[in-house]
Amino acid sequence: MFGNLSRQDWVMFLGFSAVVLLAPILFQPIGAAYPAILEKFCIFGLFAIGFNILFGLTGYLSFGHAAFLGIGSYAAVWSFKLFTMNVIPAIILSIIFAGIFAFVIGFVSLRRSGIYFSILTLAFAQMSYNMAYSVLTPLTNGETGLQLTLKDPRIVDAMFITPGTGLPRSTLFGLEISGGGLGGFYFTAAALIVGFYISMRIFRSPFGLMLKAIKSNQNRMRYTGFNTRPYLMAAFVISGIYAGLAGSLMAAVDPLAGPERMQWTASGEVVLMTILGGVGTLIGPVIGAAIIKYFENIFSGFNENALNSVFSFLPDTLRDPIVKLLSLFVGEGWSLTLGLVFMAIVIFLPGGIMEGVRLLTSLFKKGGNGNKPAVSGQTQPAE
Amino acid sequence: MSKLIINRRGLLKAGAVGGVALATPMHFIRGAYAADQSCNMPTGANVVFGFNVPLSGPYADEGADELKAYQLAVKHLNGEGDGGMLSTFSSKALKGKGILGKKVTFVSGDTQTKADAARDSAKRMIEKEKAIMITGGSSSAEAVAVQSLCQDMGVIFMSCLTHSNDTTGKDKKRYGFRHFFNAYMSGVALGPVLAEAYGKDRKAYHLTADYTWGWTQEESMKKSTEAQGWKTVNAVRTPLGAGDFSQYLTPVLSSGADVLILNHYGKDMVNSLTQAVQFGMRQKQVGGKNFEIVVPLFSELMAQGAGDAIKGIYGTANWDWKLDNDGTKAFVKSFGKEYGTPPSQAAQTAYVQAILYADACERAGTFFAPAVIKALEGFEFDGLGNGKTLYRGSDHQCFKDVLVVQGKEKPKDKFDLLEVKKIVPTKDVTYDPAIFGGDLGPADAKTCG
Repeated sequence: MFGNLSRQDWVMFLGFSAVVLLAPILFQPIGAAYPAILEKFCIFGLFAIGFNILFGLTGYLSFGHAAFLGIGSYAAVWSFKLFTMNVIPAIILSIIFAGIFAFVIGFVSLRRSGIYFSILTLAFAQMSYNMAYSVLTPLTNGETGLQLTLKDPRIVDAMFITPGTGLPRSTLFGLEISGGGLGGFYFTAAALIVGFYISMRIFRSPFGLMLKAIKSNQNRMRYTGFNTRPYLMAAFVISGIYAGLAGSLMAAVDPLAGPERMQWTASGEVVLMTILGGVGTLIGPVIGAAIIKYFENIFSGFNENALNSVFSFLPDTLRDPIVKLLSLFVGEGWSLTLGLVFMAIVIFLPGGIMEGVRLLTSLFKKGGNGNKPAVSGQTQPAE
Repeated sequence: MSKLIINRRGLLKAGAVGGVALATPMHFIRGAYAADQSCNMPTGANVVFGFNVPLSGPYADEGADELKAYQLAVKHLNGEGDGGMLSTFSSKALKGKGILGKKVTFVSGDTQTKADAARDSAKRMIEKEKAIMITGGSSSAEAVAVQSLCQDMGVIFMSCLTHSNDTTGKDKKRYGFRHFFNAYMSGVALGPVLAEAYGKDRKAYHLTADYTWGWTQEESMKKSTEAQGWKTVNAVRTPLGAGDFSQYLTPVLSSGADVLILNHYGKDMVNSLTQAVQFGMRQKQVGGKNFEIVVPLFSELMAQGAGDAIKGIYGTANWDWKLDNDGTKAFVKSFGKEYGTPPSQAAQTAYVQAILYADACERAGTFFAPAVIKALEGFEFDGLGNGKTLYRGSDHQCFKDVLVVQGKEKPKDKFDLLEVKKIVPTKDVTYDPAIFGGDLGPADAKTCG
C-alpha cells in the first residue's frame, strides 16, 4: 500500500504532520496559536488541498468550489439538529451530499473546458448561493444562518443521554469539538493530515499521472485511446468531497451555516490560496490557506490604538503620519494588504511560495542543480 | 496495476497510525476549574472589552459610529474626558476609575455585516485577546449568531444595533442583552400615527430585507397596520446589500398599493428610498390618494445618506440627539467635543451598553459572568438618554419610550434632519415575553479553553 511513496515523500508527510500537530506551540510567537485560527488553518488547508487535486493536477479551474463547502456545512448542521451532536455522522452526511452535488455539477460542467468550465461552475455556485439565501429559506434559514436550537429533535442523542440545560456542543464520543477548546483543533488537524495523505497518494498514483496528462495535453490522451471524462469526473468529485468535508468541519467547530460561505468571493478565495501557495504542489495550498486566513484574522483585528502602541517609541509628529498611513492597510483595509502580497507573489514568483522555497533550496545546493527536474517528479506549477 | 488496492499489512499499519492520531486529542479534554471562574476573568491590571462592529458592508456607517461611541465610553470609564453620561446615570457605582480597579482596554474587529464573519471575529477576541464581554453588531443576523456563540462560550454579549424581535424573542439567550428597541415596538408605536396621517383605508406594499430583522419587522408592521384597517397587498423579500432595487420597485405602482413600506436599513434603505423617490412615487396618486412611503426604522446617518428623499417620511427611532433630557445633553456634548458631530442612535446604544455592563460588574463586585447577569436582570435605571428604563429579566430586553420621527421639511443643517413627532410611553410598547417564545437557557459559568 505504501509502495509508491518515495522516502522523500515520507519525510515530507511526517514533517507536515509534526508541524500541524505542534502548531499550538509553533505559532505562539506570531500570535496565531488560539484554537479558532488554528482550526481555520486546518479547514481551509483541507479545502485548498482538495481544490488543488482538481486545479493543480488537471488544470481545470473551478470557480464554484465554495458551493460544496456550503453544502457540507448545511448537511452537518442538519445532522446536528436532527440526529446527534456527534461529528462522525455529520461528516459522513456532508461527504455524501457534497459528493452527489459534485457529481451533478461536474456532469454538466465538465462537458466544457477552459474558461467555459470556470463560468459554468461559477454559475452553479451562484445558483446554490441564491437558493440558500432566499429560495430554500426553510432549509437554510437564509441570511440569518442555520443554527442549533433547544427545540431540535436530535433523535439519536435523545435516546441515549438526557440533554443538559442549554445548547449542546458538538462532540467526538465525549470529546468536545465546538466551544473553543483545543479538542476542536486536534480534530480538524487529524482530518487535515488524513486529507493530505490521501492527496499525496493521489499525486503519486497512476490515476494522478492520468490527471497530469490531461493537463498537459488532453487531445493527445484521447488519440491514444483514453476516455478522459471518467478521470476528470473522479477528480472533480474527489475535490468536491474535500470541500464538503471542510464545510462539515467548519460546522463541527462552530455549529452554524450561513449562505455567505457559498458566495463567489469564497470560491475566489480558495483559488487565491492555491495560487499563492503554489498550484500543483502538495504543501503549497495549505501554506497559501494559512497565510490568507492569518492575514484576515490578525490584520483585521489591528486598529489605530494597536498601531499607536506599536509605534509609541516615535515622537508624535512622526508617529501620526505613519499610523495614518498604516491604518489604511489594517482593520477594514486588511484585504488591501492581502492584495499587495498576492500581486508581489504572482509577479515575482509565478509558481507561488513553493517556487520560492524551491529556488532557495537549489541556491543552497550546487549551482547546477537548479534546472534538474525534481526527484519526486513534481510538475512545474503554473505551466 | 493500481496501487490503491489495500492489502492486510497496509491496513494494519494504517489502522495503527490512525489510532494514534485519534488518541492524541484525548489528552486535551479540559479539566474542572475553580468554582467562581467564568470565561476570561481578568487577572492583570486591565480588563478587555471586545467591540465587534461592521466596518464594511451595507451597515458600515453605523458600525463606524458605534466604534466611536465605544471608544468614548472606554475613556469615560477610565476617568478621561468629561465623563459624559456617567454624571447623569442614576447608578453611582462607577467612579471613573475603570471597573473594580482595573483599567478598561478594548479590541475591535470587522464583522463585514455578515453573520459568519461576525462569529469569527468574536471568537478571535474571546480566544486570543481574552475579551471579557463582546458588544456590537449592526445587523440582527450578526447579533443572533454572536449571541449564541457567546452563550456557548460563557461570555456576556451586549448587543448594539439589532431590532429583530428574535434577538430577545425566539433566539434570546441568558448571556445576551439588548438595549435597543425592537420591531414589535416600532409597529405598535407607528401604527396609530400612520392611521392618523394617512387614513384607515390604505393598501400597503412591503419591501423587506431578507433576514431575521426584515422578517420580524414585516410581521410586526403588518399586524399593527392591519389592526388600523389597512390591507397588505404584497410583501417582497430583497437580498441584504442589493444595491439596485429598481426590479423590486417597478411592480409596486401596478399593484394597486398606495403605501410602500420599506423594511430596509443602512445603505439598503438609502438606496431603496432614493430610488423609489426617483421613480416619482411620491408624486403619484393612487385611487385619489397620495402615494406614501414609510420607513419603520431609520436614523440620522441614513437620513444624511438619503438627502432630500427623507423629507416627510415617517419612521421610529430608539433615541435622538435633540431629545430634551440631561443624559442626552451630556452625551451629545462630550461626543461632539470628541468627534465634531452629534451622535447617531447607534452610537447612543453602543455607549449605553458599554456603561451598563461596566456598572453591572461594579455593582456585582465581580467579573464572574453569572453574577453580572443577575445584576443586569431586572435592573432599573435613568439618566442615560432614554428616560426611565427597565432591563426585563425574563427576556433581557430594555423597555423605554419609543420615538416616532419624521424627516424634516426644512432642516437647519445636515444634522437636523429628523423631527420627533411623538414620544410613545413605555407602557404602550410593553408586551408579554411569552408571545415570541424562546428560552433564555442556563446562566452557568463556562471556561473557554
